[in-house]
Amino acid sequence: MTETLKREEVVAARGIKVTFGAVKALDGADLVIHAGECIGLVGHNGAGKSTIVNVINGGLSPHDGSLSYSGSEIHGISAARANGVRCVFQELSLCPNLTVGENARIMHAELKGWNWRSRALSLVETQLRDIFPGHSIDCDLSIDDLSIAERQMVEIAISFAGIDQRPKLVILDEPTSSLDAGLAAQLMAYIRKFVREGGSVLLISHILGEILSTSDRIVVMKDGRVVADRVASEFTTRSLVEAMGNVVREQEFSRAASVRTGEPVLSMPPRRGHGLAFQAWRGEMIGLAGLGGHGQTEALLDLYLDRNSNWWPTRRGEIAFVAGDRSLNGTFPLWSILKNLSIASLGQLSTKRMVDRAREETLGAGWKQRIEIRTPDMGNRILSLSGGNQQKVLFARALATTASTVLMDDPMRGVDIGTKQEVYEILRSEAANGRTFIWYSTEMDEIRLCDRVYVFRDGAIAAELAGEEITEKNVLAASFSEGDAA
Amino acid sequence: MKLSSGTVRLIIPAASLVLLLAAVFYMQPRAMSYTGLNLLFNLAVPIALATIAQMLIMSVNDLDLSMGTFVSFCACVTATFLQTSPVLGILILLGAIAAYAVIGVVIHIRDLPSIVVTLGMSFVWGGLAVLILPSPGGNAPVWARWVMTAKPPLVPVAIVASILIAAVTHYIVMRSSFGVLMRGVGGNDRSVERAGWSVIGIRAATYALAGFFAILAGIALVGLTTSADANIALRYTLLSIAGVILGGGQFVGGKVSPIGAVIGALTLTLAGSFLSFMRISPDWQIGAQGAILIVVLALRLALNRLEKREKSQ
Repeated sequence: MTETLKREEVVAARGIKVTFGAVKALDGADLVIHAGECIGLVGHNGAGKSTIVNVINGGLSPHDGSLSYSGSEIHGISAARANGVRCVFQELSLCPNLTVGENARIMHAELKGWNWRSRALSLVETQLRDIFPGHSIDCDLSIDDLSIAERQMVEIAISFAGIDQRPKLVILDEPTSSLDAGLAAQLMAYIRKFVREGGSVLLISHILGEILSTSDRIVVMKDGRVVADRVASEFTTRSLVEAMGNVVREQEFSRAASVRTGEPVLSMPPRRGHGLAFQAWRGEMIGLAGLGGHGQTEALLDLYLDRNSNWWPTRRGEIAFVAGDRSLNGTFPLWSILKNLSIASLGQLSTKRMVDRAREETLGAGWKQRIEIRTPDMGNRILSLSGGNQQKVLFARALATTASTVLMDDPMRGVDIGTKQEVYEILRSEAANGRTFIWYSTEMDEIRLCDRVYVFRDGAIAAELAGEEITEKNVLAASFSEGDAA
Repeated sequence: MKLSSGTVRLIIPAASLVLLLAAVFYMQPRAMSYTGLNLLFNLAVPIALATIAQMLIMSVNDLDLSMGTFVSFCACVTATFLQTSPVLGILILLGAIAAYAVIGVVIHIRDLPSIVVTLGMSFVWGGLAVLILPSPGGNAPVWARWVMTAKPPLVPVAIVASILIAAVTHYIVMRSSFGVLMRGVGGNDRSVERAGWSVIGIRAATYALAGFFAILAGIALVGLTTSADANIALRYTLLSIAGVILGGGQFVGGKVSPIGAVIGALTLTLAGSFLSFMRISPDWQIGAQGAILIVVLALRLALNRLEKREKSQ
């Protein structure tokens, strides 16, 4: 312990609080990174990993708490960069239209002056050779022409490269998500070398093997707080998964024993050539779990497009879709609540291709009562409703159709708990009436409501859990891979 | 050798220019001369400059719908103030460049659609042009006239100017640090911002540079026509957009090519002459010009698709 205290603090974030509206993204999180150590950061969806990374790299200013770089309290992106903090983001953040060398120019402002092109090229090429010996990337190509793995390699190399001064802290957010096992091993070896030479690395990964073997210290986050911060050797895969989980809040649900009759209503072969196949029977409520962005939304879209042409709407929709991002692809902000509700079922509501106003209003009144949309008048603008009530309208839009299957793409983001409970009730009763629900959710409480759960990892289904097996621990264990399987 | 995607994108515009030129020469062999070439491409010089200006705006994912009226305004200033009292003329044009920079900043800060802002500005520029020159008239400055009617040995001035424009803008946009940042903003402005650059500054500079090239277009146009009119260059808005797209540029993503843009402008000018040589009546010419555009763009889409398929294999 005395040894770590002597070391220089590269970044110290203490008691950081960040709130987005009603959601507490960070609730007093502490993260101190010293020179010459690699810290592994793990946690489930919404634990606050990305938020604390954004605070450290200067992109977000904390609402409370203190943040200092090498002892001095300054804020902002340029302050973080000046103190040698570099970040490799999960979503690729290179300019796809520029060449590798040009991207290095953008990331390294020091590369100015005459002949910067050849200097940028030699910088990236040397760094790429250092990290990934034997690579075959042509640095004159534009990023567009590279494969996903090559793009990731280039971004990592650019971040580790230094001209006047080497970076002090490199944050790697899921750096191996598109690298194969060999390249990932090369990267981990380089991280160890970088750390031995006095640099620090903050490593975020869903592959626990990587975290355990590469980090000196592991920080576990949950609900915007750091719940464990110990030397890596004290953890095992098991204890890590347990630390991430929520052992106390185990609720009991009575699940109806599902009766499978006849053919599945929806099925899909194993995705990306591995993992399990997907099947859904009538009246089932199926959860798609796993870490965010591991192929759940793509799977939903594939299921949808499988039944509906991309070009021409089918006459009778068998599948309805509830979008997750309300403002992006859910509501029509200028329309009334009623119009937002009835848009998906206009076919049934019209006679001779004209919308029957009276029937539309009956439908609206019926659903208003059934799901308790809190508004005096269904003719009001949809934006006059609270977010949760808007989401209820979107649910009603899907349920008002004749569709026998409803796909839901994490629709409960940012909805208050009371509304959630109401919607859960509606879903349960609709499922009992024979509707099938396929529900991607990032929230464990919702996943536990389902009859059956498919856990996604790296774009494929990694595990299937049914009935009593659906526990937070099992879902977590399946979302994080052991290590060797990349 | 593997061709970069940038080079591939230049193939179609270059090939269509050569094809059109060959067709014109076949129908009218006398065009294959110094004077003939100069006449064919004379009017391409201002269009090429306006196309470059539009391309700069498009490289940061915006679109300038005021290009035509702005070039007209510049032409009016050139034919009046710049000719009679050069200092005042230069001041007005500098003010116009500053206005462009401000437009770029406003669009970025207020997160406005560039189409709406520039469409609004087009009425401002059009109104100013009418105020300066209520009826067609004015005189071209002697130096502008001299530049546009120069007779360099061997190669006509229109060709020399086109090559010069392409070379200079290629250096600025494709080779210089500023060009990299500008295209970087078009490609992924968040990553440019995260690297510590001022995106507002880059956008302001890009708009100012576009204003500068549009002013050159106005001066070149007056140098050719010797007088100006408030509506002289209204067609340039759509011509410049078509030129950029024809030359392999894209509406979003910072994928632009200055050489391609100049080639696109030349192709568009040549398409007009080609249709005249084919004795197609002027009533049909605009439609035929559109048909040529559609064919070239369809070819490019097919090529893109081929490229994508190769990559996914």
